[in-house]
Amino acid sequence: MVRRIGCYVLIAVVLAFFAVPMLWLASAPFDAKPGLGLRWPDWTLANVSATFDHPYALTSLVNSLVLCAIATVVTTVLAALAAYALSRVRIPGRDLLLYLLLLLSSVVTGTAAMVPIFVLMLQLGLINSQFGTALVIAGGMLPAAIFILKDFMDAVPRSYEESARVFGAAPRQVLGHVVLPVARPGVATIFVWAFVNAWGNFLLPFLLLRDVGQQPAAVLLRTLYDEGGSADLSVIPVFSLLYSIPVVALYLFVSKRYGFRFHGGVKS
Amino acid sequence: MDSSGLGVRRAVAFVAPALVLVGVFLVFPALWTLYIGITDYQLTGPAAAHPRVVGLDNVVNAVRDPLFTNSVWLTALFVLGSAVVGQNALGFALAWLLRTVRPGLRRTVEGLVLLAWILPGTVVAYLWFAVLSRDTGTLGVLLGSPQTAWLVQYPMTSLVVFNVWRGTAFSMLLYTSALAAVPPSQLETARLMGASAWQTVRDVVFPHIRGHVLTNTLLISLWTANDFTPFLLTAGGPNHRSEVLPVLIYRQALESGQLGYASAMSLLLLVGNLAIALVYLRLLRRRA
Repeated sequence: MVRRIGCYVLIAVVLAFFAVPMLWLASAPFDAKPGLGLRWPDWTLANVSATFDHPYALTSLVNSLVLCAIATVVTTVLAALAAYALSRVRIPGRDLLLYLLLLLSSVVTGTAAMVPIFVLMLQLGLINSQFGTALVIAGGMLPAAIFILKDFMDAVPRSYEESARVFGAAPRQVLGHVVLPVARPGVATIFVWAFVNAWGNFLLPFLLLRDVGQQPAAVLLRTLYDEGGSADLSVIPVFSLLYSIPVVALYLFVSKRYGFRFHGGVKS
Repeated sequence: MDSSGLGVRRAVAFVAPALVLVGVFLVFPALWTLYIGITDYQLTGPAAAHPRVVGLDNVVNAVRDPLFTNSVWLTALFVLGSAVVGQNALGFALAWLLRTVRPGLRRTVEGLVLLAWILPGTVVAYLWFAVLSRDTGTLGVLLGSPQTAWLVQYPMTSLVVFNVWRGTAFSMLLYTSALAAVPPSQLETARLMGASAWQTVRDVVFPHIRGHVLTNTLLISLWTANDFTPFLLTAGGPNHRSEVLPVLIYRQALESGQLGYASAMSLLLLVGNLAIALVYLRLLRRRA
């Protein structure tokens, strides 16, 4: 009994630890005098209109969407193609390639490689290019995406493809009509994972997109804090909320549809 | 012929686009760090147009630079405190405790922990400003000491606590799926024999999940060592007291314009990452 109570007390403490910081996102956006702290708000919607009036707020959300869409689609499509081929065909050097991909995905990070990436894009004239930045983000996510997807592709029974081929399906049809539908949970996992990662990515757009008209929400939100000496608190809370909605919505969708669990991908 | 009917040539064509992107934006920059790291390349000035090769001077200077050694020490503290100990322990505790509680409560706790993990970094930084800031910050108000500016007076402790909050979700998920693989009959036996919770975890559960602990510790250590979010919270300050390596590299490269010198530091970070990963792969192979 004592143990049971102890267990619930511990859970309550953890619950408070995780919940308290988030309450600000519910109160400050609708407070007439928003501050960096938690308090019961004087309800108002003035901050919302102030945010919509901000010259770059909506632009930056659109930029985020563009950047994120390119990076996510490129990652998912290229990773699916590569994972399928690596799962089914013994390309010479495949095992070495997979080992290197595993090593790369964990060792070479955007942070560790930020200087050469910046210099590379500077010399290619791709500073301020959204497409270029999206490709850099995709390049960073691809090794892990291929690795996780290969596990899902390995789990698709080969007999399905063989029967499809007996009926005369071309390799493209086999992939499109047989393999991808069966491996859909894996593809969806990678899609969501890539989206959340690209949506929240701060460092790479911060390095590579110097023009405020090109910057995504992650960078603009930071600029609102630094510029003009003090934080612009009528805009920041509402903007934070708007910027968080897509990932929260995606999370709710995923946990309803698939349940937020590890399966396949992670092995002991 | 393989089951998919692809053939080697088409398979290579499927893999190639991904490999080109990885090659250009990941492998090439990593290798290029080696070259930039031995030059005096700068963002502006004469050394920007014609960088000179200075050999290993950058690496030698970095190792002797008190800012660099300070930063290595802070990074080690950050990884050890928030990942190896903090996220590991809290993630396991949550996975263990939540097995037995009502599904509604379980979903609520898991949902909040996951939300902390997936919210964008810049948003999360503001959430923690609201907790830790002076005068109005939630923590100061709760503890009755609103004058305390936590991020200024205790910058590293703040970052460690923050990162436990931010990253525990991954450990929780991983340990939840690992615990599902522990045979219930063994847990039942331990219970009937009157084993305490600690004894059960140590003697029954741990042998089953050793591999998961290893994998988890490796991944969260690498992520934490390469995490740029501390920049958003403290930007390395005050007076370099929370300047972990990623922040130091950024400030040296983009704020001071010392691209060559910063590259040498990146190189040392990459070597550190590689060392951790290789030790892990060695351990994993020995187990197999």
